[in-house]
Amino acid sequence: MKFEGVDYYHIDDLLFDDEKMARNTIREFVDDKVLPIIEKHYREGTFPMHLVPEMAALGIFGATLPEKYGCAGLNNVAYGLLMQELERGDSGIRSFASVQSALTMYPIYTFGTEEQKDYWLPKLARGEKIGCFGLTEPDYGSNPGGMITRAEKVDGGFILNGTKMWITNGSIADVAVVWAKWNGVVHGFLVEKDFKGFSAPEMKGKHSLRASITSELVLDNVFVPDSHWLPNTQGLKSALMCLTQARYGIAWGVIGSAMVAYTTALDYAKSRIQFSRPIAGYQLIQAKLVWMLTEITKAQLLVLQLGRLKDQGKARYTHVSMAKRNNCEVALEICRVAREILGANGILDEYPIMRHSANLESVKTYEGTHEMHTLIVGEDITGIPAYE
Amino acid sequence: MQIVVTLSHVPDTATKIKISSDRKSIDPAGVSFVINPYDEFAIEEGLRTKEKFGGNVIIVSYGNDGAKESIKKALAMGADKGILIKGDLNVDSLTVAKALATKISELKPDVVFCGKQSVDYDSSAVAQMLAELLNLPSISTVVSLEFSDGKLKAKREVEGGLEIVESTLPAIITAQKGLNEPRYASIKGIMAAKSKPIEEATFDASQNKLSVNELRLPDSKRKSRIFDSEDASISELVRLLREEAKVI
Ligand SMILES: Cc1cc2nc3c(=O)[nH]c(=O)nc-3n(C[C@H](O)[C@H](O)[C@H](O)COP(=O)(O)OP(=O)(O)OC[C@H]3O[C@@H](n4cnc5c(N)ncnc54)[C@H](O)[C@@H]3O)c2cc1C
Ligand SMILES: Cc1cc2nc3c(=O)[nH]c(=O)nc-3n(C[C@H](O)[C@H](O)[C@H](O)COP(=O)(O)OP(=O)(O)OC[C@H]3O[C@@H](n4cnc5c(N)ncnc54)[C@H](O)[C@@H]3O)c2cc1C
Repeated sequence: MKFEGVDYYHIDDLLFDDEKMARNTIREFVDDKVLPIIEKHYREGTFPMHLVPEMAALGIFGATLPEKYGCAGLNNVAYGLLMQELERGDSGIRSFASVQSALTMYPIYTFGTEEQKDYWLPKLARGEKIGCFGLTEPDYGSNPGGMITRAEKVDGGFILNGTKMWITNGSIADVAVVWAKWNGVVHGFLVEKDFKGFSAPEMKGKHSLRASITSELVLDNVFVPDSHWLPNTQGLKSALMCLTQARYGIAWGVIGSAMVAYTTALDYAKSRIQFSRPIAGYQLIQAKLVWMLTEITKAQLLVLQLGRLKDQGKARYTHVSMAKRNNCEVALEICRVAREILGANGILDEYPIMRHSANLESVKTYEGTHEMHTLIVGEDITGIPAYE
Repeated sequence: MQIVVTLSHVPDTATKIKISSDRKSIDPAGVSFVINPYDEFAIEEGLRTKEKFGGNVIIVSYGNDGAKESIKKALAMGADKGILIKGDLNVDSLTVAKALATKISELKPDVVFCGKQSVDYDSSAVAQMLAELLNLPSISTVVSLEFSDGKLKAKREVEGGLEIVESTLPAIITAQKGLNEPRYASIKGIMAAKSKPIEEATFDASQNKLSVNELRLPDSKRKSRIFDSEDASISELVRLLREEAKVI
């Protein structure tokens, strides 16, 4: 079955041909390669590794970075559309692409030396190497500035000590972008999987993002050579710049999940007969469907303008916060309402709704919780920080 | 090798077709158009042939501006250049074949790949007519292909089996499902396609011989009858289904 998209307001007319083409190619890929296998991986709690080379061949990883590093030089709107289609498959697939692109390739591209870029970016683009991003710690989530992980300067490099938690791709990564304090200032380091004292045990027991690997990173006196320090990182701000990239992709991505929930609920409502007619004919159901479609349309317009601003260099991190905050919340709520419309069938894995709904519980929390984005925009408009 | 692939821009088979008010053509509003699926096999084979032997893959399409969308996709898949021959869409297969032949003969191809049929009008005629006009051998419904020593060997589907044939080059091949698995247009391919040329040409279709009088949708009313348990005709129906229609 081909996915036709949801476009009540002819938003496609606002897209350029190559943006639509990029979206459509990933749309086909998701229909052909992701949807047939994803439920099985979700149930078993495994990530479909066999898709990595195919995603690489499509040019998904680091798609916005320059051709010089083996990337496609795509604009931000097209990149957002890729994220939307991947997340229509599953948030775990989009998370993989986000971590590889926005949280591994972007920091190397932005804060790395020319040697680091030349070495890592082409390999990461080709999917030969997998990356992860270690910021969150067991005791420091929303306030990563308090992190405990330390770097100590020694001859020829650094010694890293600490523990990171909730790290997407951790156990399958070849390289981790690890954030640690050196003399009280946060710096980024590239830690390779076989460095002595480094391990990345997988975290089990998730009810959400089951088709994605989440891990702890344990750094026990790990020696990281000077060549693996990202010299242009300047405190926590650098880590947050990466998050802004990833949050941008999430704001688009969750629209994919919302679209699946809406179209599934609409089709179901038109064919499910209770009492005398299809439930789509009842006002209460129509109110739900109309609300879903309206929120999807608003979310689409929000990210499209955000993407255009980003392409013009005018998007601020607070703009990204507003879109991430709004779109995650409405996407999750749309999944919940879609589940209601499907009645008991909504809880079955025959339909994708419960999987998306459970995934979005993570997506609403990671990359800055809903509350944190409220406080970020709140501070921006009032000038008063309300975090502490 | 000079490789030419013909491309037809057709309504997606999954979309609902509506007929225009002239009752002679399809109303394009709200219909999504795609590369004719059999042409996708032809494009893929063209690209694989280029990857093995070098050369150029040139896409040739007869149609209107809308076809550029499909030509661009073929360029994004890896073709080098597109040629759009613009002309009236309501023409017969021979006119399309003549339009294609004029351009393709200028290109001096070593091999021409076509889809075995176009899923809009399903005439399965253009490729063979094209072969005749260009005075080239043609091999239809090909499922596997090999080039060696300036010749080609092909397996083609025939009723209930396979036929293995050999031909000199240049030749025209029509692609059947199974020939290959068409690649996706990659993101890099899409970016690269932006700077690939689509040349435009025109063709005078006034010699067209066959015209459409009317298009009709299939009767959508189900011709069904519901029997009730008392109905005496049930056993007669069962007898007819078994003995006449032989379906049960
Ligand atoms: C599946 C998954 C994958 C992840 N992947 C990664 C990864 O790859 N890399 C990485 O570094 N991290 C990752 N994370 C971690 C994620 O970024 C954190 O979970 C997130 O930042 C929230 O931190 P926390 O879980 O410690 O919650 P806490 O910070 O403990 O927050 C708990 C609650 O308190 C609220 N809260 C906190 N402070 C305030 C305040 N001042 N005012 C009001 N409310 C407040 C929060 O909004 C939240 O509702 C991942 C998380 C998940 C679930
Ligand atoms: C885990 C589980 C355990 C269960 N256990 C039992 C059990 O032990 N025994 C048992 O008998 N049943 C059981 N059920 C069935 C449960 O009671 C039904 O699922 C429930 O009554 C809803 O019916 P449905 O799923 O067919 O949804 P539907 O009736 O098809 O409803 C679909 C949607 O349409 C809405 N709707 C329906 N009619 C109207 C209307 N006129 N106007 C507006 N909206 C309307 C509903 O509110 C719902 O949102 C169980 C269900 C689950 C999920």
